[in-house]
Amino acid sequence: MDYGFVFSSAAGELFSPTTAAYALAALGLAVHFGYSGLLNFGQAGFMAVGAYGFAISTLSFGVPFFVALLISILCSSLFALLLGIPTLRLRADYLAIVTIAAAEIVRYIVTTNQLTKVTGSANGLAAFEGGFYAMNPFPEGSYMGMNNRDFFIRVIGWGLVVVCCVIVWLLMRSPWGRVLKGIREDENAVRSLGKNVYAYKMQALIIGGVLGALAGMVFTLPRGAVQPANYGTELTFFLWTCLLLGGMATVLGPVIGAMIFWVVLSLTQSVLYGLIESGAVTWLTTVQAGQLRYILVGVALMLLMIFRPQGVFGNKKELAFA
Amino acid sequence: MSHSAHSMNNADRNTASTVKTANTNGNDKDAGINYMTDSSPIVVGEIAPGCKKRDPIVVAENVRRSFGGINAVDVDYLEIPRHKITALIGPNGAGKTTLFNLLTGFDTPNSGKWQFEGKNIEGVSSFKLARMGMVRTFQLTKVMGKLTVMENMRLGAANQPGERLSKALFKGIWGGREKEITAQADVLLEKFKLDVKKDDYAASLSGGQRKLLEMARSLMVRPKLVMLDEPMAGVNPALTQSLLDHIKNLKAEGMTVLFVEHDMNMVRHIADWVVVMAEGKIVAEGPPRDVMKDPAVIDAYLGAHHDVDLGDTEGIKELEAVLEADEESVVGTENAGIIAVESVVPDLKGADLKQPDLSPEALQEPGDDEPNSPQSGLAEPGRTDKDKE
Repeated sequence: MDYGFVFSSAAGELFSPTTAAYALAALGLAVHFGYSGLLNFGQAGFMAVGAYGFAISTLSFGVPFFVALLISILCSSLFALLLGIPTLRLRADYLAIVTIAAAEIVRYIVTTNQLTKVTGSANGLAAFEGGFYAMNPFPEGSYMGMNNRDFFIRVIGWGLVVVCCVIVWLLMRSPWGRVLKGIREDENAVRSLGKNVYAYKMQALIIGGVLGALAGMVFTLPRGAVQPANYGTELTFFLWTCLLLGGMATVLGPVIGAMIFWVVLSLTQSVLYGLIESGAVTWLTTVQAGQLRYILVGVALMLLMIFRPQGVFGNKKELAFA
Repeated sequence: MSHSAHSMNNADRNTASTVKTANTNGNDKDAGINYMTDSSPIVVGEIAPGCKKRDPIVVAENVRRSFGGINAVDVDYLEIPRHKITALIGPNGAGKTTLFNLLTGFDTPNSGKWQFEGKNIEGVSSFKLARMGMVRTFQLTKVMGKLTVMENMRLGAANQPGERLSKALFKGIWGGREKEITAQADVLLEKFKLDVKKDDYAASLSGGQRKLLEMARSLMVRPKLVMLDEPMAGVNPALTQSLLDHIKNLKAEGMTVLFVEHDMNMVRHIADWVVVMAEGKIVAEGPPRDVMKDPAVIDAYLGAHHDVDLGDTEGIKELEAVLEADEESVVGTENAGIIAVESVVPDLKGADLKQPDLSPEALQEPGDDEPNSPQSGLAEPGRTDKDKE
């Protein structure tokens, strides 16, 4: 087995744009669930709204990159409003049900054949990333083994993660964040102290949703294509895995969680493939190995929940009273 | 409906002629009145359930709330006197907490009007009421367990610009106010002897300490009216005394207190005024001493021999002797333990209402009734589903 390859591919995953996208989306979930207690099981929907909002406004309306970015953020805010208005007055579980359904509705709508001209149906949309790469300040060449395009998207993706983390950290240490955490603990108590709980929950839902939309764009730009199949329910659950791995009410938790998630996936895949190729494992095909690694991620998550339920960065003391 | 039948006969002490001009704007702090010793009369006119107060802070009219067939709250008229400690007592299920919820906007009544400081607050949401100065605590204490005691306190403070999303990012804007809030919280925590627990998670506090924290936190809002739902429930006797002092202090600081409590000693010690509820209605009100002698209250709530110490064998023997001699007593008969409805809600007497649910037969043979029939449960007699149709 080529250990060099195993570790270099795992290390590559650490800073891949996809990991950055997962980190952003999981950070959105941290704002939703970790800080505000909002159960959002439709983060994939927010990502899809972000990605499609960007792609459609670029391709159908030919708007420049930053306008498309703005449209995408606006779309996800509207999506959050739409989900929040009927459900945020109800208990947390209602939001969970509605978000699952809404994410699926988004996916089915963009897959509809009647909308092929706009959404590209099941094939999705492609060739909308030109405006983004046109801004690339890095001349062609090799940057740490990457071409200038790959390097640029990594810089932007991880730059965005850093900026968003700082913003979320600033927000959560502020009195505004304190009210959110209060709502997570007991919203009636917060209400009795004169805070407009509904407005706070709505703001949190929108902020987390916008983080999801940004994640959708970072996810889709390096691929140069947006396809409905990428935004299924399993994406949401991978994001929850990242969040739980890292620690829920933390800023760095979701980022580290996303890194762990992808490194574990990459390591298990390379190791299993290596073992199969070298003939050490004969009872497994490479296709099965691809599936087995998700099972292993599930097992890792279970072990983590049992032995370190607060996640890597979580505060054990907070859990002592759960 | 007439309530005069069971009004208290000390109206002569509180005749309208002796009443000072009502100060309705509530700004009498400047007048230098010491609220602890202020003995000006609370009521205008005769004391009766629903009587007018000299200076009411809360006025409720025809407030009704029904759950299914049960009228949980059915209050014709109620005024809460300003700068006084008012106790709301009554048996379990009398609608005390529901009335609290209605007044504070946590629940919406089926009908009725109610005012706070002369402003109509019908349909005003709970958080706006809290901002107006009407703050409540909960029967089941609500503390934010995973926030520290200090953060819990800070959360109560009003006018923190940093609680707006647009300003939250900039500590320069809210940092100054945060220091003021922290100083205010420090003073309160010291008063409530929670200062050593300042940096602990609220979830690590004991039940009694949580009650204290909840009360202290509600004071961070700087309320005009504090509504405490069973502040003594689950608090140990040693802490009770300090809690009582805290509540008295609220009055000294010019706040109005309304509290629900079952502990009669507490009511006797600190309440200036007592309102008694039973089956959703106000059945009596008055100064504690007088209310506890009111036959309607004794029957509805206290029990005829409430002043006998049942923890003492002598007391029990004495009680048994008295009960045997008492013709009205049901002790030892098959009616034992059943509260006579006509004394709880005297207004129902004479109305053509059936009360089969309270007859001993119905209680002993529940199988005769359909489980969900309106007559088998607690549904108010006479109100059946058929009536609604």
